[in-house]
Amino acid sequence: MDLITPGIGLVFWMFLTFLTVLFLLKKFAWKPILNSLKEREDSIENALKAADDARAQMEQLQSDNEKILAKAREERDSLLKEARETQELIISESKAKAKEEADKLIKAAQISIENEKNAAVESMKIQIVSLSVEIAEKILRKQLEDAKAQNELISELVKDIKLN
Amino acid sequence: MTDTKTFIKSWIFLFVLTFSLNLAAHDISSEQAHHESEKFVPGSFIMDHIADAYEWHIVTIGETHISIPLPVILYSKTSGLHVFMSNKFHHGHEMYDGFMIARDGEHEKKIVEVINGEQIKPIDLSISKNVVSLFVSVLIMLWIFFSIAKRYSKNPKSAPKGLQSMLEPIIIFVRDDVAKASIGEKRYMQFTPFLLTIFFFIFINNLMGLIPIFPFGANLTGNIAITMVLALFTFVITTFIGNKAYWTHIFNAPGVPWWLKFPIPLMPLVEVMGVFIKPFVLMVRLFANITAGHIIALGFYSLIFIFGEINATAGYGVSVVSVAFTIFMMMLELLVAFIQAYVFTLLSALYFGMAIEEHH
Repeated sequence: MDLITPGIGLVFWMFLTFLTVLFLLKKFAWKPILNSLKEREDSIENALKAADDARAQMEQLQSDNEKILAKAREERDSLLKEARETQELIISESKAKAKEEADKLIKAAQISIENEKNAAVESMKIQIVSLSVEIAEKILRKQLEDAKAQNELISELVKDIKLN
Repeated sequence: MTDTKTFIKSWIFLFVLTFSLNLAAHDISSEQAHHESEKFVPGSFIMDHIADAYEWHIVTIGETHISIPLPVILYSKTSGLHVFMSNKFHHGHEMYDGFMIARDGEHEKKIVEVINGEQIKPIDLSISKNVVSLFVSVLIMLWIFFSIAKRYSKNPKSAPKGLQSMLEPIIIFVRDDVAKASIGEKRYMQFTPFLLTIFFFIFINNLMGLIPIFPFGANLTGNIAITMVLALFTFVITTFIGNKAYWTHIFNAPGVPWWLKFPIPLMPLVEVMGVFIKPFVLMVRLFANITAGHIIALGFYSLIFIFGEINATAGYGVSVVSVAFTIFMMMLELLVAFIQAYVFTLLSALYFGMAIEEHH
């Protein structure tokens, strides 16, 4: 029976002690412990969240970078293409210009050649005429060495002359 | 660091003090021991160990009992207040100031006042073995939790260290898996300090009960007075925080056929009984579990002496088996120490949760 009969003394001391301990621990132990546990949990949670945010931001930045890079590449390509086009244009233009110039030169040359030729032909003609006159003179002189021939010719020539 | 040193110093001081007190006490007791019967009685041996006592028996070497006398505080209706040390009784063999420790009868092993040959029990507020053990456990608790609380408030965001890292998982377990799970997200923080206190009080005292060396080894959580006060706290809190829905559920449970409530209020009767049975069961469960553990361990030890009385060789032979079984029991008791603390706390939390639950 002794075992299952609560002793009044022990009940008294236990009640008093437990109440005191409950009060002391609640005020000086559980409050700071639970508060700082909460604080630590919150700070860990915040840190994790911040890390997640940072990672998302990084990803964002990376994708932005890639976008910028792609854009740059595109721009470069277009620039190159443009340059090539311009180059081709310049080349073809200069080719055309050169051709034109050449044509002009050729034409000028041809004209001058023609002129030269004409001049040559003219001078040749003059020379031929004088030569033929000379030859004709010589021939005439030869033919008209005797007096008879001279008279014949003079008469012929006189015949031809019609006095009008 | 300095705190720990002061703590150790104060303990050494306490030891020296108690032993010097004790030396004066035990020289007379050695003569008395001769007259006692030599026969080993396992029943009284076990009961002596699990029951409360007015002195703290440490060891008996030969015929000499070494024990620490404890203060006796009595209030008698006839002779008023009496305060004296328990060694005045000389281990219960002598009377002092009209008081004696009853050897048999209704108040066996309790202090009674002898008036005209009649034994009358005074109001006994003695600092008995269990009360000392209670104080020791409470000092240990305060020291542990004050020291870790200091670290918590100094470095709230750093990782736990030492004792703190050992206790933090348990604190979080009680907070999240006991309080939060049973009471609910909204109001669990209100009850967490109480639940933590009863959990660690029971757990530390259970463990202290398993250590057989002074100042431990008292069967505190296996004492019905202690478990009664603990259960009383749970009961009082539950009763005071009970909301309208809780009381409605007890006196006029919804969804129950009317003929169970009228004319014989069968259901309300059962529910009202339940209100008292719940803390009663809490009290008995803890008391019975811890006491049973102590009785079994002591039973195994008793076997050594029972066989030893028949034959010394048999005693030595049995001791091997007994020690092996006791070690096994100790391991089991370590588990029980935690489980009983957990169960008591969990059920308290569940009762609180039921009392404040909102019914829709």
